[in-house]
Amino acid sequence: MSEIVAQTAPAAPPAPASTALQATLRAFNTNKASWIGLAIFLIVVAAAIFAPLIAPHDPLDQDVLDRLKPPSTDHLLGTDYYGRDTFSRLVYGARISLVIGIVSTLIAMAAGTLIGMLAGWRGGRFDTITMQIMDMLLAFPSLILGLIIVAMLGPSIQNIIAAIALTSVPPFARIARAPTIAVKGRDFVEACRSLGFSDTRILSVHILPNIFPEILVMGSLWLANAIRTEASLAFIGLGLKPPTPTWGGMIREGFENILDSAWLAMAPGVAILIVVFALNLLGDGLRDAVDPKLKNEV
Amino acid sequence: MTAFLIRRIGFAFVTLFAVLTLVFVIVRVVPGDPAQVILGDQASREAIEAMHERLGLNKPIVTQYAEFLGNAVKGDWGTSMVSGRPVMSEVLSVLPWTIELTLVSLVLGVVLGVPLGVWAAVRRNRFFDYVTRIASLLGLSFPAFVSAIILLFLFAIEVHWFPVISARSGSLSAWTQSITLPAINLGLISAAYITRVTRSAMLEVLSEDYVRTARAKGVPASSVVWRHALRNALIPIITVVGLYLSILIGNSVLTEIVFSRPGLGKLIVGALNQRDYTMLQGMMVIYTLAVVLVNLLVDIAYGFADPRVKLG
Repeated sequence: MSEIVAQTAPAAPPAPASTALQATLRAFNTNKASWIGLAIFLIVVAAAIFAPLIAPHDPLDQDVLDRLKPPSTDHLLGTDYYGRDTFSRLVYGARISLVIGIVSTLIAMAAGTLIGMLAGWRGGRFDTITMQIMDMLLAFPSLILGLIIVAMLGPSIQNIIAAIALTSVPPFARIARAPTIAVKGRDFVEACRSLGFSDTRILSVHILPNIFPEILVMGSLWLANAIRTEASLAFIGLGLKPPTPTWGGMIREGFENILDSAWLAMAPGVAILIVVFALNLLGDGLRDAVDPKLKNEV
Repeated sequence: MTAFLIRRIGFAFVTLFAVLTLVFVIVRVVPGDPAQVILGDQASREAIEAMHERLGLNKPIVTQYAEFLGNAVKGDWGTSMVSGRPVMSEVLSVLPWTIELTLVSLVLGVVLGVPLGVWAAVRRNRFFDYVTRIASLLGLSFPAFVSAIILLFLFAIEVHWFPVISARSGSLSAWTQSITLPAINLGLISAAYITRVTRSAMLEVLSEDYVRTARAKGVPASSVVWRHALRNALIPIITVVGLYLSILIGNSVLTEIVFSRPGLGKLIVGALNQRDYTMLQGMMVIYTLAVVLVNLLVDIAYGFADPRVKLG
C-alpha cells in the first residue's frame, strides 16, 4: 500500500501532457495483461477498418451452389445458408459491432460524466434526485430496456445506439460523482473559486482531468458490455436488418442451422468473446492501476 | 429493524410508482400510433378508432394515467393482443419456469463463486489466483447466448445427455434434465461475477487490523478467513449480487431462447415479434416489480449481514 501512495501523491492538477503519458504507461505496466487486451482490440479495429482488403469475398455475395460448406482454403470459415463467405461477413460485421459499441459508449461517457459531475458539484436535492434516478436505471435490466426501446422505435443504427447509450449512463454518473465530491473540497478548487473562475471552467479544466482516468477505464469495460448488448439484441432479432452482416445476426442465422453447420454460430460467437475478453482484460488491468489512486484521493 | 424495513418498503413503493409512470410515458411518447402498429399499415380509419376505444387511448391523458395505475395495482394488466388471454395469467403461467431457473443458477453461482473468490484472495498473486482471475474474466466476457449455444451443441447435439428443447416437467428426472444445461450456463456466468467481487472484497478485509488481531491471538487460519473475514466481506458481495440480478434477468432471456425453455424471456420475445403492445406493457411492470423486490431483499440481507445497517 505504501508504494502506491508514494507513487501517486504529488500529482498536481491539471497534469501536463508528458506526465499524463507517463502515468498511462505506468498504468499499463502495473498489469501487463492490459497490453495484451489492447493489442487484441487494436487488431480487431484494424481488421474492421481494412475490411475490404482483408475479406477474400464480398460479404453479401450469394452462391446457391456453395451453401453451408464447411471451412476450406477458399472459404476459411465455410459458407452460410445463402452461400456467403462466413469469414468475410465476420470481418465486415466487426465494423457494425465496433461503430455501435464505440459511439454508444462515447455518448454514455459524455452524458454520464456530465450528470455525475453536476450532481457531485451541486450536491443537495439535485444530487439526491439525480442519483436516485440513476440507481433506478441501473437496477432495471439493461437488456430488457434496450429490447423494448429498439422494438418500439425500430432497429435502425441510431435507435440501437441510443438504447445502448441510455442503459450505460448510470455507471459513468456514479464514477464521475464520487471523485468530483472528493476534489471539490481540495485547496486548488478553493483557489480557483477565490480567483472568480466560473463553475464551467473549474469543472472542465480543473476537475475533469482529475477524474478522466477512472472514466476511461470504465469506458473500456462498458464498451465490452455495449458490444455484447448489440450482439444480444441482434441475436434476438433486433439488430440491423439483413443482409447487413452483424455478429449477433450471424449467430442467429447460424443457430437455425446448428444441427448440421455448427461453425456458422461458433465463429461469430468466438469473435464476440475475443473482443469482449480483450476489452475486459484492458479495462481490468488499467483499473488495478487507477483504483488505488482513487482511494487515496477520497 | 422494523423502522429500517418500513423505510425501505416505502422507498420500494416510490420506485415502483416512478417506474410505472415511466412505462406509461414511454409507451405514449414513442412515435407512431400504437393502434396503427397493432393493426398494420392497411388498417381502415374505423378499425383504428375502434382500437383506440379498446385501448382507452381516446380518453384524456390524466384519466388514462389514473386507470393505468389503478389497474396495475389491482393486477389487471389488460389482455394480450395476440392470444386474447389476460396478460397477468400469461405471465403467471410461465413465471415459475423463470424463477426456478434464476434461483438455481444463483445458488450455483454463490456455491461456486464465494469459495473460489475466498481461495483466490488467500492465495493472492499465486498460481491459483491467476487461474481464477483469468477464468472468471473469461466467464463474464461470455455473451450468455454464445455460452448457451456452445453448451447446447456439446451436451445436447454432439452427446445426447440432455434434451435440445428444455421444456420438460412432471417427474424429477424430467425437471433435472430440463434445467441442468440452462442453469449451468447462467450459473457459471454468475459464478464468474461472484468470484471476482468476493476476491476483491476479501483482499480488502484481509488487510484490516482486526484480521491481524485475530491471527495474533491464535485463531486458526481457516476460522480467520471463513468467519472473521468473510463475514465482513459480505456487504459488498451482497451489493454486487443484487446489481448482478438485473444482468441475470437479461441473460435468462437469452438462455431461455437458446434452450427453447418457457419463461418470461420467451414471452417477451414473442410479444416483441408479434407487436403485442399490452403484453409488453405488462412485462415492463413485472420486470419492475422483480427489480424492486430484489432491491428490497438486498436491503434486508444487509440488515442480517451487518447489524450496523439496521440503525443507520
